[in-house]
Amino acid sequence: MLQFYEKCKKAVIEGDSDLALKLATEAIDKNKPVLDVIEKGFVKGIEEVGRLWEDGTFFLPELVMGAEAIKKALSLLNPILSDQQTKGFKKGKVVIGTVEGDVHDIGKTLVATMLSASGFEVYDLGFDVGVDSFIEGADKWGVNCIASSALLTTTMQKQRGIIEKLKERGIRNKYTVIVGGAPCSRKWADEIGADGYAKDAVSAVTLVGKLIGGD
Amino acid sequence: MQNIPQISWFEEGKLESIVKEAINILSSTGVYIDSKDVLSLVGEAGIRIANSRAFMSEEAVRNAIGSAPDRITIYNRFGNSVMDIGGWNLYFNPGSSAVQILRYGEGKTTTPVSRDLAQFARLTDSLIGYDAQSTALVPGDIPETIADRYRLYLALIYSGKPVVTGTFGLDGFEPMSEMLRVVTGGEKELRARPIAIFDCCPKSPLFWSELAARNLVDCAKAGIPAQIVPMPLAGATSPVTLIGTITQHCAENLSGIVINQLAMPGAPVIYGGSPACFDMRKATTPMGAVETQMINGAGAQIAKHLGLPSHAYMALSDSKTVDYQAGMETSMSALVAALSGVNNVSGPGMHNFQTCQSMEKLVLDHEVCMMARRFREGIKFREAGHSKEIIQEGIKKKQFLSLKSTLKWYREETYFPDAVIDRDIGEKGADLSEGEILKRASDRVAELLVSHNFVTLEAGKSEAIEEIMLREAKKAGIGKLPELPE
Ligand code: B12
Repeated sequence: MLQFYEKCKKAVIEGDSDLALKLATEAIDKNKPVLDVIEKGFVKGIEEVGRLWEDGTFFLPELVMGAEAIKKALSLLNPILSDQQTKGFKKGKVVIGTVEGDVHDIGKTLVATMLSASGFEVYDLGFDVGVDSFIEGADKWGVNCIASSALLTTTMQKQRGIIEKLKERGIRNKYTVIVGGAPCSRKWADEIGADGYAKDAVSAVTLVGKLIGGD
Repeated sequence: MQNIPQISWFEEGKLESIVKEAINILSSTGVYIDSKDVLSLVGEAGIRIANSRAFMSEEAVRNAIGSAPDRITIYNRFGNSVMDIGGWNLYFNPGSSAVQILRYGEGKTTTPVSRDLAQFARLTDSLIGYDAQSTALVPGDIPETIADRYRLYLALIYSGKPVVTGTFGLDGFEPMSEMLRVVTGGEKELRARPIAIFDCCPKSPLFWSELAARNLVDCAKAGIPAQIVPMPLAGATSPVTLIGTITQHCAENLSGIVINQLAMPGAPVIYGGSPACFDMRKATTPMGAVETQMINGAGAQIAKHLGLPSHAYMALSDSKTVDYQAGMETSMSALVAALSGVNNVSGPGMHNFQTCQSMEKLVLDHEVCMMARRFREGIKFREAGHSKEIIQEGIKKKQFLSLKSTLKWYREETYFPDAVIDRDIGEKGADLSEGEILKRASDRVAELLVSHNFVTLEAGKSEAIEEIMLREAKKAGIGKLPELPE
């Protein structure tokens, strides 16, 4: 068994999505303990990837490929977990997008990837996303956190718009709202009444972990 | 045109193979156009459209390259031609749209306000090495929805130089072109003597947003030069190989040229961009990276091969402040631009990944640009064949200082930098405190802002554009414009 977990871990470290998927299928077919496969195998792998990123051994491609590998495996394994098990393992749900009128999506996509690699369930709405779409998505998927990215001083205002719309509908307290993107700052987050801001993808993960739990 | 020192990135055959592959990408993979109007314009020209992607045939691309002009003349506010963009001509203008300013003398970045942009325009106006200005800062004291037109408004007031600018929203083009019509004298005059260039930025890979696509068309119809500014990022939004990014950059430019030329054959359009490598450790877009310079330099050679005027975002840095890194990256990049034949270089003054502008850096970068220009002039055959006589005369006089030949040529052979560059003899044991150059630059900024005699916009015109701006401000819910400096 230990050897199997090792294989899962290694598949993530090597960023091998195909292998991760194969191992996840094997785990299901052979009735292996799914929660253990996740926690002692795949998650250990992504933790190692994170460590190697932090110490400068891994660069972005290794990081993102590791994230994609675990995502693939979890897409098969997660639905099998019982609600009870899910509670212990799953972090939170996040809806993310680049605001309306803005096509800058590289940073947003990175943040989404890093969040899902860290075990959050992420719904990525893409770019040029209207305020209403954020809120509809949040409602539809029952997320804990609404994350928006804006790279233009003109479109940043839509981040305020999200918060105002939530207030207007009397559901501001239902969600944790965070913002990011080059022109944003902690000051901006405070000014518009957001719950948090992070300057890059790695600190975004820490931030979300702190705000909606999991860490 | 003799003896231009130049970097050749590819031999002719390779250039053509890159262009062929770019065209192949356009005809097989196609380009996404997120605008119904533009899609129908393209479709009506016989280009196949499926799921909002336009599949541009070789013929369509070659026709567009053929109808686009090989040179574009740009005028200043006084109607004089000041840029002839094409061939091996070299022009510099400051980087555009910074969201932060490192205020001179303060050493801290802040959100710029109107006053900063007014000063910036005036400073650019005073520095002869900048052929054009740009809407360099986005002022924070005006509603964001009208920031694009307001930047242009300030630029037109505070400098007579042509403006490199662009829109932020779909409703920006009309008021901006209206102001340009007022300043040039009308629609016909603007077409005949354009004083502005509009940046149109496709999103990599191969995606034209509604804003960018519509701008290409609007510019073509108004006769305003459109500058295509794709920003493929190697390994993030385009292939990680430099050649792959160069090829995608070429395809993105060509697709823009097709759209622009279909709207108006012969419309002025520039093969440009801000392609860059992507830092895989920091997730940043390093504009000062050596690979960024290589991609941009190569792009200029492709443009030349196609007979198109070129542009690149070069002569800038990623440093957070005005330091060694800033100088190093800016200089290398400016020189590569000059030697690669980029016609229109945008970037000076800028640092921190295109997010910040500094007036001290603008003054120092001006020296970089002047030196790059000097470099590009190359070595002239002055008194060629007469060196022997001159040397003999020098030997006889025991020095060359008082030779007629010296007096005749020394000012032309040598570029004398501004006093911000230190060429004094160093004093032994002197107190070498840090930041001397920054202090000199800062003093120079202050001095130029006071001493420069800039020519204000004619009375009637200045009121007319103010009226346009006030109308826009009212629409955005404010009754008056911010106070402006004299
Ligand atoms: C690449 C780029 C483009 C590309 C975008 C490609 C793409 N697929 O995204 C293209 C060429 C399409 C483009 C277009 C334009 N751009 Co642009 N662009 C940039 C550039 C150089 C880099 C952005 C980037 O990708 N950085 C790399 C990523 C990884 O970093 P990031 O986005 O900041 O994300 C990190 C953090 O911010 C954070 N983060 C991001 N999102 C979130 C969200 C949350 C919740 C959290 C917690 C954290 C977080 O984590 C990320 C990872 O570390 C910036 C300058 C800059 N340095 O920011 C200009 C810049 C943003 N663009 C600018 C402009 C003006 C434009 C245009 C309007 C130009 C024009 N006239 O057409 C158009 C706008 C089109 C539109 N409607 O959106 C200006 C903005 C000026 C302003 N006042 O707002 C800038 C500052 C450059 C400049 N000086 O001109 N651009």
